[in-house]
Amino acid sequence: MPSVSMTVNGKQVGGEVESRTLLVEFLRNQLGLTGTHVGCDTSQCGCCVVHVDGRSVKACTMLAVQAAGSQVTTIEGLARNGQLHPVQAAFREHHGLQCGFCTPGMIMSAVDLLQHNANPTEAEVREWLEGNLCRCTGYHNIVKAIMAAAADMSGHAKAAE
Amino acid sequence: MAEHGIGARVPRVEDQRFITGKGRYTDDINQAGQTYAVFVRSPHAHARIRGVDKSSVASMPGVLAVLDGDDVKADGLGNLICGWLVKSKDGSPMKMGPHPLLAQGKVRYVGDRVAVVVAETYAQAKDAAEALVVDYEELPAVVDLAGAHGAAALVHDEVADNLIFDWELGDKAAVDAAFAAAHHVTRMELVNNRLIPNAMEPRAAIGVYDSGTDAFTCYLTSQNPHVHRLVMAAFIGVAPEHKLRVVGPDVGGGFGSKIFIYGEECVVCWASRKIGGRPVKWTAERSESFLSDAHGRDHISTAELALDKDGNFLAMRVNTKANLGAYMSTFSSCVPTYLYATLLAGQYRTPAIYCDVQAYYTNTAPVDAYRGAGRPEASFLIETLVDQAAMELGIDPADIRRRNFIPRDAFPYQTPVALIYDTGDYQATLEEALKLADYAGFPARRAEAQRRGKLRGIGLSCYIEACGIAPSAVVGSLGAGVGLWESAKVRFSHTGKVQVLTGTHSHGQGHETTFAQLIADKLGVPFGDIEVIHGDTEKTPVGMGTYGSRSLAVGGEAIMKACDKIIAKGKKIAAHLLEAAEGDIEFKDGKFTVAGTDKSKALGEVVFAAYVPHNYPPDLEPGMEEGAFFDPPNFTFPAGTYVCEVEVEPATGEVDIVRFTAVDDFGNVINPMIVEGQVHGGLVQGIGQALLEGARYDDSGQLLTGSYMDYCMPRADNVPSFAVVTSAGTACTSNSMGVKGCGEAGAIGAPGAVINAITNAIGRRVEMPATPEKVWRAIHSNVAVAAE
Repeated sequence: MPSVSMTVNGKQVGGEVESRTLLVEFLRNQLGLTGTHVGCDTSQCGCCVVHVDGRSVKACTMLAVQAAGSQVTTIEGLARNGQLHPVQAAFREHHGLQCGFCTPGMIMSAVDLLQHNANPTEAEVREWLEGNLCRCTGYHNIVKAIMAAAADMSGHAKAAE
Repeated sequence: MAEHGIGARVPRVEDQRFITGKGRYTDDINQAGQTYAVFVRSPHAHARIRGVDKSSVASMPGVLAVLDGDDVKADGLGNLICGWLVKSKDGSPMKMGPHPLLAQGKVRYVGDRVAVVVAETYAQAKDAAEALVVDYEELPAVVDLAGAHGAAALVHDEVADNLIFDWELGDKAAVDAAFAAAHHVTRMELVNNRLIPNAMEPRAAIGVYDSGTDAFTCYLTSQNPHVHRLVMAAFIGVAPEHKLRVVGPDVGGGFGSKIFIYGEECVVCWASRKIGGRPVKWTAERSESFLSDAHGRDHISTAELALDKDGNFLAMRVNTKANLGAYMSTFSSCVPTYLYATLLAGQYRTPAIYCDVQAYYTNTAPVDAYRGAGRPEASFLIETLVDQAAMELGIDPADIRRRNFIPRDAFPYQTPVALIYDTGDYQATLEEALKLADYAGFPARRAEAQRRGKLRGIGLSCYIEACGIAPSAVVGSLGAGVGLWESAKVRFSHTGKVQVLTGTHSHGQGHETTFAQLIADKLGVPFGDIEVIHGDTEKTPVGMGTYGSRSLAVGGEAIMKACDKIIAKGKKIAAHLLEAAEGDIEFKDGKFTVAGTDKSKALGEVVFAAYVPHNYPPDLEPGMEEGAFFDPPNFTFPAGTYVCEVEVEPATGEVDIVRFTAVDDFGNVINPMIVEGQVHGGLVQGIGQALLEGARYDDSGQLLTGSYMDYCMPRADNVPSFAVVTSAGTACTSNSMGVKGCGEAGAIGAPGAVINAITNAIGRRVEMPATPEKVWRAIHSNVAVAAE
């Protein structure tokens, strides 16, 4: 079996995997990082979104061996030093989650959006979330949370200038 | 209002774990020695099983067991049940075929469980399941509801014409007489499209047998762990009830689909014992969820409304054919009957209503309760029928509703279809919604849209639902096999911290927050000192679980009653400590006070005294832990008005929802933030039904909509943001909090509003889902498409 090593949430990790092992299986089953969820088998739902080298990726659509040598961030690695990321905080503040199952993927996807587009319009947020399904919230409060996080983060960026 | 009290928008306690990836769903649980189960499912809609060649996989790497229907039979396991007995018009009980854990002799739908393979790894189990040779003799299938009656194929040999029951409700003679004398009759045929629930977390189960104690633990995606335990013990025979622990940990949405007792959870427990007690885990792939989760809706109806010359409703007559799939699921029989026809009065004083329902078996997945369950079907039928009547009589849709509302001073109101509505003010919710939606300004917006080449329409839906399920004696008299009370326990520790144990189950509803608010408000305990515990039969009192918007109205009231007992006991202790008469003690804001004095004891001091009873009433038990059960005297009746405004692009048939207003009467509201969130989610499920979603089988019974590539789930860019008002409440009289329940409203009320808006825009009604193709054809063709 091939061995694979990568950096996950700042830690060097490695292991033996089958060549068919998906990144999401490696994260969940071998590293015990169960915050990344699997909600479908056709790369549609986005519950498994993580960051690979800074970009959002559906971890069900990438083999573990393809992530060899990469920097991977999962939902467990988003908060730093006990401080929630502003997107995490906004999801709580604005009730952007109900059952919580799509939430890790939604948050990781939203963080990537705001890296690309610090001040998205509502339409841009909704379009970006096309690859993330939620069955509970009707998206209303997810969109609200992401808009609020964007305002919060750009406010902080402005204050730092 | 206190910061964490009733009415406060308290951010949810449970969110910390979910936003940091620390939620613990069934598939997140891994145990030493764990094995993996994969189910082999039927590729045919209807076939005889000639043989299962277990030897074809028994020696494959890692395979520990291959079990099929013969093994189930040999071990004497029982069949899955339908827990609600419906009787036909002639008094005969509904007719059912057996529903085995694994198919015996025949398979009856694509996805029917044939066998299970247990192996060391998931990949090994999957490889072996794919390699298992099953010899099928294909049989003709009945797939279409319209063709079920008199079909050559019988889904179950013992059920003639595939007819499960032919049921009725209401005074047929009175209705027929009213129709005969009516000035006008509006008549329509309509389809309530079949839906697939699609909670984002697929179903999963882990069975663990402990030979040391001869006991089982089942971790399970369940909305009602105790109901699972009851059925798995008493009917399936997995284990006696006291030897089976069912845990529903974090559950990623349910919408009804996780109420039901399926074969998979029973099989993994049984298989764990067969392989010597190693844990057996099964997690559905999404494709399996599409094939085998109980589907929802799937009605064909004829609806008629008799009116006088002024547009007053005189009578309503409905015939519905309901598709219940290949087997009777846990509550399938009550959905198109007691949760449907009893709601056909809607918000109106229609004096006579008659409905009959024929329920059929087909070679499709079982159909059962899905968010709203019967009530969306009723609401959609009433509200589209009323709109058509308004159109035919040239009356404004808002006016015809105003004319026919049950007046606000007529409550409690006995409908002609069994229910007694306790409170409501339908005029108020309608007027507030019309104002918020700027109904008066619509003609100007339509004209402006027309200049841009768009067809703009507005649609109303004044829905009602019966929630807070349910008074046990009432449902018992109608055929339910269980009582539908709820339970709670409130447990203090020495230091005044509170554990609230509830028989309900939270799978997104936020009970950990809402129930803590109730306690904080009622007992004056700091919000942060309260922990709500649910979902484990070993921890919580026996409870009936969460569905039918019942958790707060029934489960919350059980908590209130337990708190009343805490207060009553606390008064005895405080009276002793304060050397006063018990009758003189008042409890308020967390303090026991001697009336008219400043002598008081804080609840924390009283609780401490109860656990360290050195100075204590001599004949009182120590401790501060009280339990209560609550059986509601009536259902609750949330109601409201939804206003949908659409723009249709005539060149493509695409429908854009440009504005959506929801005004709901949920009675009193504990946490408006959570309640609004429930409405948003329900609305999008309702909009999904109206515009996007529809389960389709082909003529041979293959599910065409078996993945997210084919089944159109609502996405963020399909829907707008919503204007939601939940403050227009009339307090419910069936519980002390005055609450009605909010979980299903959106899904119940939205489809009618969306379809009425489209009809208003293009001048004719299209069936759900109103896809661009159907809408385009309706605009551009003279051929009627309504019944397509």
